[in-house]
Amino acid sequence: MSVTVTTPARRKNYLNADYGIKSWLLTQDHKRIAILYLVSITFFFVLGGVMAALIRVELATPLGDMVEPDTYNRLFTAHGVVMVFLFLIPSIPAVLGNFLIPLMIGAKDLAFPKLNLGSWYVYNLGAILMVAALLRGGTDTGWTFYTPYSSTFADSEVILTALGAFVVGFSSIMTGLNFIVTIHRMRAPGLTWFRLPLFVWAHYGTSLIQILGTPVVAIAILLVAAERLLHIGIFDPALGGDPVLFQHLFWFYSHPAVYIMILPSMGVISELITAFSRKRIFGYKFVAFSSLAIAVLGFLVWGHHLFVSSQSIYAGLIFSVLSMLVAVPSAVKVFNWTATLYQGSISWQTPMIYALGFIGLFVVGGLTGTMLATLGIDMHVHDTYFVVAHFHYIMVGGAIMGYLGGLHFWWPKITGRLYSVFWSKISAGLIFVGFNLTFFPQFLLGYMGMPRRYHSYPEEFQILNVLSSAGATILGLGYLLPLIYFTWSMRYGERASDNPWGAYGLEWETSSPPPTLNFDEPPVVTTEAYDYLAMRDKKTAA
Amino acid sequence: MQGESSHSWGLAHHFDSFDQQREASNLGMWVFLVTEIMFFGGLFTAYVVYRSGQGAAFALGSHELDITLGAINTAVLIGSSLTMALAVWAAQTGRRKAIVGFILATILLGGVFLGIKVVEYSAKFEHHLVPGPNFHWNGPEAPGVEMFFNLYFLMTGLHAAHMVIGMGILLVVAILAWRGAFSPENHNLVEGIGLYWHFVDIVWIFLFPLLYLLGRNIQV
Amino acid sequence: MSETITPVRTYLVVFLALMVLTAITVAVAFFELGPLNDIAAMGIAITKACLVILYFMHVRHSSRLTKVVVVAGFLWLLFLIGFTMSDYLTRGMISMQGTIG
Ligand SMILES: [Cu+2]
Repeated sequence: MSVTVTTPARRKNYLNADYGIKSWLLTQDHKRIAILYLVSITFFFVLGGVMAALIRVELATPLGDMVEPDTYNRLFTAHGVVMVFLFLIPSIPAVLGNFLIPLMIGAKDLAFPKLNLGSWYVYNLGAILMVAALLRGGTDTGWTFYTPYSSTFADSEVILTALGAFVVGFSSIMTGLNFIVTIHRMRAPGLTWFRLPLFVWAHYGTSLIQILGTPVVAIAILLVAAERLLHIGIFDPALGGDPVLFQHLFWFYSHPAVYIMILPSMGVISELITAFSRKRIFGYKFVAFSSLAIAVLGFLVWGHHLFVSSQSIYAGLIFSVLSMLVAVPSAVKVFNWTATLYQGSISWQTPMIYALGFIGLFVVGGLTGTMLATLGIDMHVHDTYFVVAHFHYIMVGGAIMGYLGGLHFWWPKITGRLYSVFWSKISAGLIFVGFNLTFFPQFLLGYMGMPRRYHSYPEEFQILNVLSSAGATILGLGYLLPLIYFTWSMRYGERASDNPWGAYGLEWETSSPPPTLNFDEPPVVTTEAYDYLAMRDKKTAA
Repeated sequence: MQGESSHSWGLAHHFDSFDQQREASNLGMWVFLVTEIMFFGGLFTAYVVYRSGQGAAFALGSHELDITLGAINTAVLIGSSLTMALAVWAAQTGRRKAIVGFILATILLGGVFLGIKVVEYSAKFEHHLVPGPNFHWNGPEAPGVEMFFNLYFLMTGLHAAHMVIGMGILLVVAILAWRGAFSPENHNLVEGIGLYWHFVDIVWIFLFPLLYLLGRNIQV
Repeated sequence: MSETITPVRTYLVVFLALMVLTAITVAVAFFELGPLNDIAAMGIAITKACLVILYFMHVRHSSRLTKVVVVAGFLWLLFLIGFTMSDYLTRGMISMQGTIG
């Protein structure tokens, strides 16, 4: 790539370009909006984490001795709703994607900056509705809002929570739309599709899911609200309605939603693996297209959530087979990452530790996913802790590991500061150990038959539950550390150079932190992605 | 590739050319319309599922709708699509007053459509066909007929809501057009709202046969 | 890339075609044609929608990308309806005792 940027000591950047609260709340700079999102989602991550902690404390003993059964229902609903809608879905796209996509494609901003800022406000509006529902006592339907319980029987704040999810959905659509248009229309000269960083490909796939799936869950949620409020009983069995239709509409979005969480994470991992192996990724096109394949195939598998919900056995067969097919593009990614490591010059930096942790945990989560896609096994473990463990391996072990790995990788670019290497490695280790200790016992519990969503359990399950609660403590500590050293680094951290990792990509060719319009000179791309050989040759020539 | 200074009026700072801006805005609108397809899609799915199970009751329901008013409304809405298309044409060819005129005609036809819809809704109200506690139907098919009217009100209601929003935006665009905000190079707003309006028309093109026509052939 | 401007004449012809199709679909609805009634109604609706998309919405002269976006939108709607119906249409097909139909 042809741009070289010199860095005077304190040059103008997007952070010091303007000061004051107004300059942040009315900003149209994608980088500042990413920071706004970072603040919001961190808050809700902590909130959802507190709920998780309470759940684990209750489950440390077999008796339901801390909270009432009804309170427990509201607790795990709040945990799910906050973590899914307010943290996981926006996490990587709205923070890292928002910050990096324009930088990676050599653009000055996203295609629609006002829409981008708008999406943050819409997100917060939805979040306020959900928090209001919490303050008024919470919701007890589970994050899935299944009918007819949610539409007819539940006596809790279903409408407020559902409305919150509905509104937050629109912020997600806005982000996805913005990314799609940006990636199509704003690429720098010379930056062809097959020169794009894989992070961008992954976000393209994610955006497709956001715009094609989210509207369906939005209307499904609206229909539940209509049934509660206006007595327009679309799912009402008394009118010949079918409550299972809600499950169809809900999972048409909510299964692909898992890929909204995991695809961006996979994009991050592709960047980290190449950067810390100093090698071009093995099979670039396969990794790129596997993102699209996951996005598309992911839409055709939702019925695996309905295996025991009176869905036709024939539909179950189709959904079962298609679900297993998703394993193919997922495996392509894992194999290609592994092949990239082969003969690479690997350096054990913090982001790389997260990346390798991701691969391990994702493989466990993915393989148990194929188990669950098998009709016979699913009958046995449906609605048990086996399922809980499986999706936490994907959503926490996968998505959050990727998010943290990415945050550690691009933190110097975002803030212009370095964080403590020592503490960051400690925290990565704690998270890996704590995570496995929390969730691996849950596989065993589920296989032995412990159902999810109960606040008490038979005594023979206690040892594994105590292990899980102990793991959660370690995990919590692991999450707390980055919060501290990242905050600390913003003021006291050493100043980062433009390319502290010696990584390849347009975002590393501008200064840290980048100027408001991202590049001093519009970049022109002349080389392939991750061309570490050319990069090394250029360096030796200089 | 140029700096801020050489940017002409109406071109946002992060675009390099009017073409790039126009293509981005056009693609953005289309992607938005795809989300709208899926948004209405949930309701269409519900319709297909329930009609496949209770075709007879749905036929009874469709007999309660006023096919004349429905057909007139279809014509009115297609007419508004024509005036909308002509408003875009006027923008492309730089006819300022024609843009305003055609947009106002579009709003007017939209108003006629909604007016007729109100007449239809109130007739349903009088005949106790509005779902909920006041719904009344004699005969064994009562639940299925109520389900039909559930869908009728949800689908036409959501459609009408889209029209109201569209008409509001059209009014703003008309004012902007009157002030001369659009030129042959830069009229993305007119084009965008035009696409939206045609989409709303297409939704109705499907709603009309699904709700008013299917089942008409069956004698009841 | 500049815009292709569709002449007013085309818009008027398309409008007339849409009107005629509306009249036909209303007329056909009153004849007993069995399953053909549904097919005719939906066939005409799809034709009308295509006319609006191709001419009023300029897709005929738009980039390939726009065409892909339009087709993808309707394809995904088909996924939603099709796979959902794969459940509802096959629910009663199993003839084991004790199965809910
Ligand atoms: Cu799933």
